[in-house]
Amino acid sequence: MIYLDNAATSWPKPPGVSKALVDFTERVGANPGRAGHRLAVEAGRIVYNTREALATIFNAPNPLRIVFGANVTEGINLCLYGVLKPGDHVITSSMEHNSVLRPLRDLEKSGVEVSVAQCTPQGELDPEEVERLIRANTKLVAMNHASNVVGTILPIREIGEICRRYDLLFLVDSAQSAGVLPIDMEKDFIDLLCFTGHKSLFGPMGVGGVAIGERIAEGEIKPMKRGGTGSHSEKDEQPGFWPDALESGTPNVVGLSGLEAGLSWLLEKTIAQIRTEETELVRHLLDGLGELKDVTVYGTKNAAKQTRMVSFALNNLEVSEAGLRLDEEFSLLCRVGLHCAPIAHQTIGTFPQGTIRFGLGAFNTLEEIEYAVRTIDLLTKEAS
Amino acid sequence: MKNQGYSVFLFQSSSYAWRTEKILAGEGIHSKLIPIPRHLSSDCGVCIRVTLADKESALTVLERKGLRFEGVHDL
Repeated sequence: MIYLDNAATSWPKPPGVSKALVDFTERVGANPGRAGHRLAVEAGRIVYNTREALATIFNAPNPLRIVFGANVTEGINLCLYGVLKPGDHVITSSMEHNSVLRPLRDLEKSGVEVSVAQCTPQGELDPEEVERLIRANTKLVAMNHASNVVGTILPIREIGEICRRYDLLFLVDSAQSAGVLPIDMEKDFIDLLCFTGHKSLFGPMGVGGVAIGERIAEGEIKPMKRGGTGSHSEKDEQPGFWPDALESGTPNVVGLSGLEAGLSWLLEKTIAQIRTEETELVRHLLDGLGELKDVTVYGTKNAAKQTRMVSFALNNLEVSEAGLRLDEEFSLLCRVGLHCAPIAHQTIGTFPQGTIRFGLGAFNTLEEIEYAVRTIDLLTKEAS
Repeated sequence: MKNQGYSVFLFQSSSYAWRTEKILAGEGIHSKLIPIPRHLSSDCGVCIRVTLADKESALTVLERKGLRFEGVHDL
């Protein structure tokens, strides 16, 4: 079996991740930040160490400004609903996932204004397109670092620089880039870096959140939920300090212990090394698919301009049929369809039929990529 | 060294306590996370305990690193 659905979630996980989950459950298991006994202290240490590892990877200004939630969607929702008010204007891109678009479309109903910067059919964005859309009431620019459909990388540093020049907040959805590409909150001028733990940060599902920059004052993000924090327990009002104000309820420490192990593996392996290996695999896949008749590849078709996925369609076979046959007959697992990003498919011209997406990961090999190309060749020849 | 005496640092959030523990360790100051003594606060969380002998150097580190704390008490 060949797993090419790493853009949805990475699999397998590095050695040490499942061990950490079991170890926490069997050896620690306590609730952090509430009681003060040794197991509670140990659980809190795992949570803090995970904040610190993420702060290292993102060059975040302060580990205590890393707020945990269930996934990147929760991080994005927290920021958009917590920062934007009726009358505010926000700019996004035409390559977004629904995790950004749907909250914005909902916020529009309560008076938030939304502009969409148009990307090219390859998914690229000219930073001037963003600058052109800035108005007097623009508060925030929110966009992904890399597309989940074609992997095209957006020029976040240039866009971040524009945001800083106009005193706008800059939110980056790093679902497809965290652990894949270098991210530096300071150099990339990022104020809100939303991340998920289960893709290329190699943790289990159920952990994600946001890293908050120093330009946003404590208390400037309205919490999405209120409740127990283990702090200021004598008061029945939500505390204002971070991370507590934004993290009510028992956190997913079992998940965070797995994320800590995944991050530790990543820090040792280094993002630069993973990027080199994955770019090589993407180049082989692009070259291989590019030679096949009846295959249309989308995106930049340039491994250096995209992350580790390739999106394509077959001229003589529906994507859903192809996906089923790849799984059943060739044991090749991938994702077909719209990938929860209808606006991105409209931008690249594949709406509503969608594409076949091969999401490569750190554990794929050249042999697997060659097998995948041969399989697609066979599939299109059979269909014609 | 019985009855050597301790000081505790209280924080608004327990997350600060873990950060402080790690930073103090990096400076060679041993600390222990303990439940907050009830006579000092009714919070559920933990605080940092250091020996009285280490109190001043811990204070210096906290100030130098810009680590916020709510109070320091001798036990």
